[in-house]
Amino acid sequence: MATDTADPSTSEPPPTAPVTPGRRLQNLLHANPIVGPLAVLALAILAFSLVNPRFLAAANLGLVLQQVTVIATLALGQTLVILTAGIDLAVGAIAVFASMLMAGAAHTLGVPGPVALILGILAGTAMGAFNGWLVTVVRLPPFIVTLGTLSVFFSLNAVVSHGETIRGAEMPPIMTATGDTAFRIGAFGVTWGSLIMLALFVVFSYSLSSTAWGRHVYATGDDLEAARLAGIRTGRVLLSVYLVAGVIYGIGAWVLMGRLAAASPNIGAEYNLNSITAVVIGGTSLFGGRGLVVGTLVGALIVGVFQNGLQLAGVDVVWQGTAIGLLVLVAVAVDQRIRKVKR
Amino acid sequence: MNSTPAGRPLETSGPAARSTPGADHGTAAVPPVLQAEGLVKRYGAVTAIAEGDLELYPGEILAVIGDNGAGKTSLIKALCGALVPDAGRILLDGRPVTFRTPMDARRAGIETVYQSLAVAPGLDIAENLFLGREQRRPGFLGSVLRLLDKQDMRTVARRQMRELGIATLQDIGQAVESLSGGQRQAVAVARASAFGSKVVILDEPTAALGVKESDRVLQMIRDVRDWGLPVILISHNMPHVFDIADRIHIHRLGRRATVITPESHSMAEAVAIMTGAMPPPEPVSRVR
Repeated sequence: MATDTADPSTSEPPPTAPVTPGRRLQNLLHANPIVGPLAVLALAILAFSLVNPRFLAAANLGLVLQQVTVIATLALGQTLVILTAGIDLAVGAIAVFASMLMAGAAHTLGVPGPVALILGILAGTAMGAFNGWLVTVVRLPPFIVTLGTLSVFFSLNAVVSHGETIRGAEMPPIMTATGDTAFRIGAFGVTWGSLIMLALFVVFSYSLSSTAWGRHVYATGDDLEAARLAGIRTGRVLLSVYLVAGVIYGIGAWVLMGRLAAASPNIGAEYNLNSITAVVIGGTSLFGGRGLVVGTLVGALIVGVFQNGLQLAGVDVVWQGTAIGLLVLVAVAVDQRIRKVKR
Repeated sequence: MNSTPAGRPLETSGPAARSTPGADHGTAAVPPVLQAEGLVKRYGAVTAIAEGDLELYPGEILAVIGDNGAGKTSLIKALCGALVPDAGRILLDGRPVTFRTPMDARRAGIETVYQSLAVAPGLDIAENLFLGREQRRPGFLGSVLRLLDKQDMRTVARRQMRELGIATLQDIGQAVESLSGGQRQAVAVARASAFGSKVVILDEPTAALGVKESDRVLQMIRDVRDWGLPVILISHNMPHVFDIADRIHIHRLGRRATVITPESHSMAEAVAIMTGAMPPPEPVSRVR
């Protein structure tokens, strides 16, 4: 056995290139991709609270959290997919289908609430797995796969639901329990749905940062061929990501019903792009291999804060899209810049 | 998952698993570590390997050279499991082995450093060293929570890099994309030498490097050999080959033309044999 004889103090310092402030910022953002989104969130909160002090009211902040819960949950699954250099355009379709299946099973078929919820989550899982199968076994590009299944799942959704909304009052209470307030600090209320969302973020933050599976997700998204040659079963990793994303969308369906106090087949189209927006604003690279799920949570909060803050500032609703769109463009531009790291 | 690393090399089945470098075993007594016999690989009408023979002895650096299309890449691919030959056999420590995938060869103790290096640029040095072989914490944390033993992996990675003379790397948590070409090569070599228990195969390790970095990588290859891991080096760079090889296997027209040593022949002669301008001499079986 070789002994460790080298003395670390003899190590030469690495040759340092002149570090400009811009370069330093670039390196900082590259090493800590969460810094940018956090700064944007802090600035946005500061600006909107200066414009309208009511923004910081506990009741309003509770509202913002409620408003971002569904998107944040769905965007978590989207983050996993994007980390593998994929994209999931079917997220909204899966979540809405799962919610209609849950509601339909409980309302129309009279299945007990918990069983209906499990059925819906299983449906989300199956749909995610189907996407994963198309990506890994049939070897189609994720964009094409989910563009196709988006259409398929939305039309299946119409078949299952007959286009009819099922109100919360027509279902067992558990179906919409995610919209109930779990606890309240003064006027700041937190729903069960928000707690579930936060719990999912904790679980996946841990899985990605501290398990081999997480490393493999990053490596697969970073450089598929390198990961394969390093012995990672990249097909399995990809399949697992789409499948797990499906589970998350299924749980998201439950959260969605709580938020709406109903199950409606007519919403969800905007969730596809909004979830991608949250991921991108949260600093995860669309090129794969880089990003953090906590960034996605911050990204979703940024979107929520902008929507709510602009409204409170008395800005016409039509400008919200402009603001969010510009944020996405800035986020992607920043990502492009910081990816070009100093060699 | 692997057992707890106990320093370089990470996976030994005891001291007997490795040969003693430079020891004089006598010419006939020491069997080759890795041996290919009559490998054949055809793609339709194209014959990639006509008669693939190769012997790698303990403690040596065997360079494999040959003109483009001579079939040396196919031969090496067969040895590292990236290609399944149609006929012939591969012997590892005298025992026949069959590699269907690169993982099979790796599990048998043959590590390959591909020309593309197979490192994930966004992951750091320690993460790349253990990529695909991550170690978990013992007990509940590892078995149920699947928690990685990051600290231990970093410690081992740091030691491994230091032993390869990569002292300028201060931070083992540095992303590989921020490293120079030579440093990246070092990460790939460190990974191969840490996990390879029998053979390390290097494909064109100096092709993309400058003079200084090449020298450093060549020294690293010598270090790996001196640790007791025999090395197969595929290279087009004659000065590098003649600098570090103990023996030079010359491949021509899908078969082994001969084996020479840097002492027995000049570079010009090696090139002449490679191109067929000079008849191949009797192969040298063993030098060290």
